This record gives sequence, C-alpha cells and structure tokens, in this order.
Amino acid sequence: MSPLFSESVEPAAAEQPLYGPRSYQVMSGNDLGSQLLEISMGPQHPSTHGVFRMDVVLDGEEVVKLKPVFGYLHRNHEQIAEKASYLGSMPYTDRLDYFCSMTNNWAYAHAVEKLAGIEVPERAQYIRILMAELTRLVNHTCLIGFMVNDLGALGTPLIYAFREREKILDIFEAIAGSRMMCNYMRFGGVRVDLTPAMLKSITEVVDRYPYFLDEFETLLTANEILMTRCQGVGVLSKELAINSGITGPMLRASGVDYDIRKVDKYGIYDRFDFRVPLGDHGDVYDRYMVRVLEMRESVKILKQALKQFPQGGDFINPNVKLRNFRPKAGEAYGRIESPKGELGFYLVSTGGTMPYRYHVRAPSFINLTILEDMCIGQKVADVIVILGAVDIVLGEVDR
Amino acid sequence: MNTAIITQNVPKVVWEELSQSFVVPTSDLIEVVHLLKDHAEFEMDYVSNVAGVDWLARKEKVKNADGTETEVEKPGYLEVVYHFYSMKRKHGPVALRCRTNRENPIVPSITPVFRGAEFQEREIYDLYGIQFSGHPDLRRILMWDEFKDFPMRKDYKEPDDYEWEPTPHDEVLEKAQTHYAKPNP
Amino acid sequence: MAVDEGLKSELQKAGVFLTTVEGVYNWGRRSSIWPLQFGLACCAIEMIATACSRFDLARFGAEVFRPSPRQADLMIVAGTVTKKMAPQVVRLYNQMPEPKYVIAMGACAISGGPFKQGYNVLKGIDRFIPVDVHIPGCPPRPEALLNALMFLQRQIDQQHLTGSGKVRWYDDTEPSEFPIPQYGAKDLVPPFNRSVWHPEKIQRGAA
Repeated sequence: MSPLFSESVEPAAAEQPLYGPRSYQVMSGNDLGSQLLEISMGPQHPSTHGVFRMDVVLDGEEVVKLKPVFGYLHRNHEQIAEKASYLGSMPYTDRLDYFCSMTNNWAYAHAVEKLAGIEVPERAQYIRILMAELTRLVNHTCLIGFMVNDLGALGTPLIYAFREREKILDIFEAIAGSRMMCNYMRFGGVRVDLTPAMLKSITEVVDRYPYFLDEFETLLTANEILMTRCQGVGVLSKELAINSGITGPMLRASGVDYDIRKVDKYGIYDRFDFRVPLGDHGDVYDRYMVRVLEMRESVKILKQALKQFPQGGDFINPNVKLRNFRPKAGEAYGRIESPKGELGFYLVSTGGTMPYRYHVRAPSFINLTILEDMCIGQKVADVIVILGAVDIVLGEVDR
Repeated sequence: MNTAIITQNVPKVVWEELSQSFVVPTSDLIEVVHLLKDHAEFEMDYVSNVAGVDWLARKEKVKNADGTETEVEKPGYLEVVYHFYSMKRKHGPVALRCRTNRENPIVPSITPVFRGAEFQEREIYDLYGIQFSGHPDLRRILMWDEFKDFPMRKDYKEPDDYEWEPTPHDEVLEKAQTHYAKPNP
Repeated sequence: MAVDEGLKSELQKAGVFLTTVEGVYNWGRRSSIWPLQFGLACCAIEMIATACSRFDLARFGAEVFRPSPRQADLMIVAGTVTKKMAPQVVRLYNQMPEPKYVIAMGACAISGGPFKQGYNVLKGIDRFIPVDVHIPGCPPRPEALLNALMFLQRQIDQQHLTGSGKVRWYDDTEPSEFPIPQYGAKDLVPPFNRSVWHPEKIQRGAA
C-alpha cells in the first residue's frame, strides 16, 4: 500500500537550512511562555501570485522570520537559450514575465543590438515605445487588481482591470498575432509594421484610458479599507532599497529618483516629456500610488508618441541578417525599465550562432531580497499585502 | 568616469579589452568593491547583475612574435561577472570578473557590502557550484535541496526521461532510441 | 434504461418529469464543476481571463474557484509542472475528494511544452496523475478552455454508476490516490508512475 503523504527526505547535512523546521523554541522573557509557530505559505495558495512559498515563523500573529522559497517554476530558460540561436530564444523571453511579453522582447533585442552594434530605425523605435507603454498600462492595472484582490475585494477591481486588459490584448493580437506571447521584437526593429487601422485603435484605447483610471481611482484611492491596511505597512528605507538592488516602482516609492528610461535614455525616451512619480514613506500605499501615477504618465507618453509617429520609414533595419546571425565575440549587458523594475540581459558571445552565456537579470528575483526585512514585526495578514505590492511574477523569479 | 583609478590603487587588476571589464583576482575582490563603493569618483551604490560563466578547457591559437600560430591548451575555469551602477551619480556600468578553478571554486562574497548580491550568489552556487565565502545563507535556491549536481555547467548530463518522443531527431533521437524495442530484422 | 420520448413529453405536459438516477446525478455534477485555484505559469493568466467578464466561466457552472482542494472538483493544471512542484501537485490531487477531474491546460502540462529540454521540467503531468482532457496551445485561448470544459461536461454525462464501466469511486479496484514522488539526487524518484502513464511503444523501422 503506497503511503498517502510521504515524509520529505532529510536534506543532506552540508545543506541544512539555517533554521531548523523541527526545532521549536520556547520564547524566553515572555510570561506566557508561548512557542514559535512555523507555517509554510504556498506553493499552492490563493494569493501568492504563482507557485511561491514562504516559510514564516510566527510569534502569535507577528512575523519573526520569513524565508522565501522558490524554484517551483525553474524551467532552465538560460540553458535552453545557450543551445538555441539568438533569434530562437526570442519566444522564450515572452514567457519570462508572462504579463509583459513586449518589454521582455525589447530588453533582449536591446541587449543583442548592443552586442552586435545594430542601429534601429526611427519608425521601429516609435512602435517599440507604443508597445512598451501599453504593456506598462496592462501590468500596473492588473497588479493593482491582484493586490486589492488579496486585501479581500473578492474580485471586483480585478474584473475591471481585466476588462481593460482585454482591450489592449485585442490590439496586441491584431499587431503581433497572439494575445500574450507576442514574440514581436526583432534585432533592429519589429516583426511587422503597424497599419493606420491599428494606430486608430490604439488611439481609441489611449483616449478612453484616463476615464477608466478615474473610475478605478474613485473606487480605490480614498478607500478607507485600503488606506488603513496599506499605509505604514511594509516600510522600506531608501538606503536599504539602494543597497539591495531594488529597482522599479518599489524603489521609487521609497523616494529614490532612478528610472532607467531617464538615466540610460534608451530608445527615444528623451524625446518625450514625462515625470517620474516618487513616494515619501516607502510603504505599500506609496507603491500603489506610484503605480497609478505611472499609468497616467504612460498615457501621456503614448499620446505624444502617437502625435509624433512618423509617416514612413523602415520598421526593421534592412542590413541585419536574421538567419545565421553571428555577432562578433564579446559581451554586453543591456537593460531596460520593465514595468517591474530593471530587466537586464547579459550575453557573452564567442562568434557563433548561439550565445555562449545568456543570463537574465530579473527584477522580481532581486526585489524579493528584502521581503524578510519588510515583513518582520508585521502581522501575517500584512505579509500578503506586502507580497502583493512587491509585484512578483514567478516566471521571472525562477526563469 | 576615470576607471584607471582602479588599476592605480589595486595593481593586480587587469583590464580585458575583449569583454570591456576588469579581471580581479579573488584576493583583491573585496578591496576593489569597497573602492567602487566609497571612492568619490565612482560612488557605485548598487550591484545590478552577478552572473556566473563556465569556460571549459579549450585549445586556442595564439599568435607568436614571428607571425606563426601555436595551439595553446587553456585550462577551464569558472568566473563570476559583476556589473555595478550608481544611483546617486547616475552613471555606470563598471564590470568586474573574478576567475576561479573548476575543482574547488571559492570566491569571496560581496553580500556583506552589497545586499543585492545575496540571491544572485545563491543562484550561482546552486547552478554552478561556486562557493561564496562569507555569504550569510548559502544554500540551494532554485533546485531542491537534495539535488546533487550543478546544472548550468557545460559538462552537465541531464537525466534520461525521453522514453516517448513523437518526432525525435538529432541528439534527442539518440537518447530516445535507447528506450525503443528493437525492431525485428 | 432509457425512457420512451413520446411518453416523456406526454407526462411533461401533465407536470410529471421522468428521468433516471444516473441522469440527474450526472446533470447535477456537470452543471456545477468547481475548479481548484491552481495556476502555475502563463496559462494561469489565461485561466483567470477566462473567469473574468469577457469569457465568463461562471455561466458554465464553474462559479467559484476554491482555494482549498478539499472543496474542489476539478484541477486545471495550467502551466509548466516542474520536478520540484510535482510532489505538491500529486499531493493536492490526493487531497481532492471524489469525483475529481483533471484538465491539462497548455502544452507544458501535456508534455513539457517548449521547455521540454529542461532538467527540472516534468514532461507532462500525466506521468503521475490521470488526466481527462488535454488542451493544446501555448497559451490556449480562453475559448479553448471553455471548449474543454464543455467537452468534460459531455464526458461526465456519459459516465455510468453501475455496470462494467462504472465510475472510479464506486469501483474498488481503481485507486483514487497516487503515490507521491520523492526528490532524488538527480531526478524524481520514480520518474513516472507506471500504472498511470502508458506511453505508446512506437515500432520504428530500420534507421
């Protein structure tokens, strides 16, 4: 008779975890003499945003220690890319951060263009910016929907958010052929050109978006439950954020002015006039507000890009060989501001058709470094909220 | 950004032109990292990317002084590549490389200086086997704890689970053929 | 034992409805399948999109996604199952009470998908648990998931409670729970469950 619930095998002595899962200590200095409780939240959990597990040690309701455990979605994307050609691993980059496939594609194309020294024509740059900012809108809207769902809103803001997402996914499907896994960027440009009809539909969506944001904000921003549960929760100081390599809206919510679109000025972002919202307190509410304000700035960028869109021009650099693409030997590290943070690709080439080393610097992975620091001293219910605001996608964390 | 300051202060550091990075010996890594963090020229406050690279032993053709080429046997090594940026001064990157051997790879950890390297160094330990001395919590992060191999190394053999393949070809065909019933001659 | 249609309609006009126990039993079950909230990867987002207002899954009876396996009927394995996650998937399947069904959504759950070369990727969840419906696609469109749910509903309609082909939970010889694989040094131990997974032995000619 096979056992139903088998005990897990003891880890090897050399690789014991720091804390012993079976060593419960009695708290000293505490009159009640209570015990610490260790629980494992995940990997199947309604609000862990994927297969993510946290080993939490609790003293009553307060968190004493928290260790994130992941690797449940480790699909060895890097090894596959080292055995495929440069263009062959473009569809795999879609599946990294499966919410924002366009920005993943752009980051990879940017790294390869840096490695091989490829120029991108102007029309292609504008198309890339349109796609990236639409992706940013999708990501921030859905993330707020998920975070508020975890707070207990039971789906209503999530359904509103997905309604808007469907409109943008229709645009992606018309342009790139697929709703989610677009595989749209190529080295030196994009795969197909935009027609005037597609531009018109993008213009319609962008024109209606501020009204949707107003509706969303009316429901949420001044909401008493959101404010009570999010303000003062999960505070992250500036120095710790910078030292831990946190990037993206989490960093800007702590008050650090670092947006790679303004610093590196990749693409043609220096032609657009947009502001970078910063937070004051570094708590969950600031992260929510930074994302809402970033959405409004994205709408601004989109409107300017649609106005400046060039009439003609190449959508891809005609000199780039797509088959048998062999960049010269060397290495490059290309990074962009994806909606989650700094997404970087590190490529080492030895002159062949396949990259010798391909590494993804995933923002969600690095942003989890300080999850423990933010959660210690908070209650268990706050851990869920803090995790929701960190904005992780397991495809990126585990690659 | 005047990167010559690094080679002036730490003489054993070498600039490698092909990869546009500094090759730092393991003994000087912490010193260089502190220099990058504290010196007024750099003020690098975060490490953006820590990646491991596996170079197998290979033969390379080296040009001699008289124009002929000889084949030189280069030993294999593992290396760790760092990219540093500065949020305060908004410049960067500075790339460092640290090389170590394949049999007993040990590299000092920069996690006490830069917290952002914590998970990335754990990942390199998990997938390449490089031990980071001084890391506060070095254990496997992506694979399960009982796993005994280092999968991203170039000489890794993956487990054989190609029992049934509908349309195999090339190396997958070889792996799958070991499972087929032998056809009657 | 089917009832004569003419007699049925006559009685219906008089306000009497005739059916079989099996018909009512299956109709109740197929009209209120509650899925388990179990998304692994990218296909999970399409599953959530199916549950949202555009492609409404609730009108097919999948009203709520239960977070606990003890309250769910259907496990939609959406996304890549890795070897690290496989014991947990089998454990969840064991915890679900009968009657239970599995839909393998997406290429990754069927056979490993685009990540088949992975050392950590389980090449199909049907190596360890029995699957009822497979949905190809990467990711499959929400309409494909709705089609699969309707397919499953038709399958449930044809299940019998008695006789030789009766359902698993009334049949003492069929197991409802499957052994959980362990983490080995290089691979899962065992790599697949021989009683569940029956790959075809393809006879190939010389070459």
